[in-house]
Amino acid sequence: MKKRARTMNLFYVPALILFAVFVIYPFTKGIFLSFTNWNGYSQSYKMVGINNYIRMLTDQNVHRALLNTIIYGVGSTLLQNVFGLALALLLNQKFRGKSVVRTMVYLPVMIAPLIMGYVMYFFFTYNNGALNDILGVFGLEAIDWLASGTRGTAILTIVNSLQFVGISMVIYLAGLQGIPDMYYEAAAIDGINSVQRFFYITLPLLMPAISSSVTINLIGGLKLFDIISALTGGGPGYDTNSLSTLVHRTYFASENAGYASAIGLISFVLIMVLSNIVLKYLDKKEADLC
Amino acid sequence: MLMKNKKAWIWRAPLLLVILLVYCSPFYILLGISFKPVTDLSSHWKFPTLPTLENFRVAIEQGNIFTALKNTTLISVIVVLLIIAVSSLAAYPLARNRSKGNNLIKSFILGIMMVPPLSILVPLYSILVDMGGINEYWGIILILLTYELPQAIFLYTNFIRSIPEALDEAAALDGCGPIRTFFYIVLPQLKSVTASVIILTGIHCWNDYQFSLYVLQSSKMNTITLAISSFFSQTTSNLHAASAAALLAILPVVIVFLFLQKYFIKGMVDSAIK
Repeated sequence: MKKRARTMNLFYVPALILFAVFVIYPFTKGIFLSFTNWNGYSQSYKMVGINNYIRMLTDQNVHRALLNTIIYGVGSTLLQNVFGLALALLLNQKFRGKSVVRTMVYLPVMIAPLIMGYVMYFFFTYNNGALNDILGVFGLEAIDWLASGTRGTAILTIVNSLQFVGISMVIYLAGLQGIPDMYYEAAAIDGINSVQRFFYITLPLLMPAISSSVTINLIGGLKLFDIISALTGGGPGYDTNSLSTLVHRTYFASENAGYASAIGLISFVLIMVLSNIVLKYLDKKEADLC
Repeated sequence: MLMKNKKAWIWRAPLLLVILLVYCSPFYILLGISFKPVTDLSSHWKFPTLPTLENFRVAIEQGNIFTALKNTTLISVIVVLLIIAVSSLAAYPLARNRSKGNNLIKSFILGIMMVPPLSILVPLYSILVDMGGINEYWGIILILLTYELPQAIFLYTNFIRSIPEALDEAAALDGCGPIRTFFYIVLPQLKSVTASVIILTGIHCWNDYQFSLYVLQSSKMNTITLAISSFFSQTTSNLHAASAAALLAILPVVIVFLFLQKYFIKGMVDSAIK
C-alpha cells in the first residue's frame, strides 16, 4: 500500500515543477533583486543593501498605493457582499422575469475587466460622458469624475464591485436554496418577525456562503489591476494606483526593477497576512456555528 | 394572497427596473457608439440616427481583431487542455493520500491562489526573458497554466473526495495500479467538474490582460485584450472603432454565456464551496 501511495504521489510532480519554476524561483529571485539597483535590462547592477526598503518608508506613492489596495480589497468585499446578498434575497422569491435579472447581473462577470474599464470610460469622461449627460438633463454642473484621486479610487471600487457582484449573488442564491424550509416553518409557528428571521436563521445558516464569497471578493479586490489601467492608468499622478499597477509602472515606466521587486515583495507579504487574518476569522466563525 | 403579491410588486418593480437599467446601460452605450458614425457627436445615450458599419471595418482592418481572436482562441484552448490533464492528475493523490506532506502541498497550492502575480512580476519577467519565452506562445501558455492551476486542482480535489474510495479499493484488489485506476475508474467520473474547470479557466484565459501584457509584446502576437488596449491608447481620436473592436471581442463570450448559463453558474458555485 505504501508503494501504491508513492506511485500515486508522482501524479502531482508536473504541477509542482510548474510551481517551482514560475512561482518559487521568481519569488526567491525577487528577494535577491530587491537588494539591487537593477534597471530591468542592463547586464550590470550593484547591490544596494536595504536601500530600496528604506526608500519605501518615505515614498508617498507607495503609501498611497498601499492604502488604495486595501480600499479596493476591503471596499469591494463589503459592497459585493451586501449587494450580492440583497440581490440573492430578492431573486430567491418567486416572480416572473427574475431569470432575466439574474442573467444581466451575472453577465459582466464574463467580460474582461479591461474592456469593462474602457466602457466605463464613456460614462465618466468629462466631455460628452454618459453620466455628465444625465446631470445635464437635470440642469446640474458637469463633474470631472476622474480628476480627483479619492473619487477615482471610489469609482474604481464601485465599478469593480458592480461588475463582479454576480459572483456573490449566485453563491448566496445557492446558499439560500440550501436552507431547509422547516427552519422557517418552525420559526413562523413561534411568531418570529421577518427581521428576526433574517438575523437568527438566514444569516447564521449562510455562514459558509459568506465565507466563500468574502474570500473570493477579497482576493479579487486586492489583485485589482486591469480595470485600473483601463480607466485611470493609476492617475491622476499616482493617486489611484494599486500595488499591482505601481509595480508595473515602477518597472516599465521608471525602469527601476530593483525597487519594483521590493514593492512587489512587500505587497506580497501584506496581502498574504491580510487575507490570512480574514480567512482565519471566517473559519473560526464558521466552526463556532456548527 | 393576491393582495400580498400586489403589495410586493409596488416596491419590487421599480427596484428591478433600476437594476436592469444599470446593468444594461454599459452594453447599450457600447452598441450605440459602435454603430455611430465618427462625425456624430451626440450624447452617448442617443441611439445612432444613421447606423454605420464603418467602425467595424476600421476595427478589423487596423485593429487586427481577427488575428487577436485567433491568438486568444489558440492560447485559451491549449491552456484549458493542459490544465485538465495536469490538475486532474495532481488532484488524485491530494484527494486520496491524506498524509501530512500531501496536506502541506495542498495548502501551499491554495496559498498560490492568493498571491497577486504582479508582486513577483519583475523576476518572473526576467526569468521568461532568460528562457526566451517572450513573444512566444509557450511563454504565455506556461504562465497562464501555472497561475490557473491552483483553482483547478482545488476543484478536482474536492470532487474526487466526494467519490467513494471503495471503488478505488476494489480496482486495487483486482490488480489495477494507481495509473490504471485513475484512467479507468476516476477519470470517467470527472465529467461535470471538468465542465466547470473548462468554463472557469477558459474565461480567465480569454480575458487575461496582466500576463499577456508582459509576455506578448509584438503586435502580431496580440490577444484581444491587448488589441483593445492598444486601440484605445493609440486611436484616441477614433473611440468609435475602438468600441466596435471591444464589441467584437466580448461577443463570443456573451453568446456562449447566454446559451450555457446554467453551467457557468454551477462552475462558479462549485469553485466557491469549500
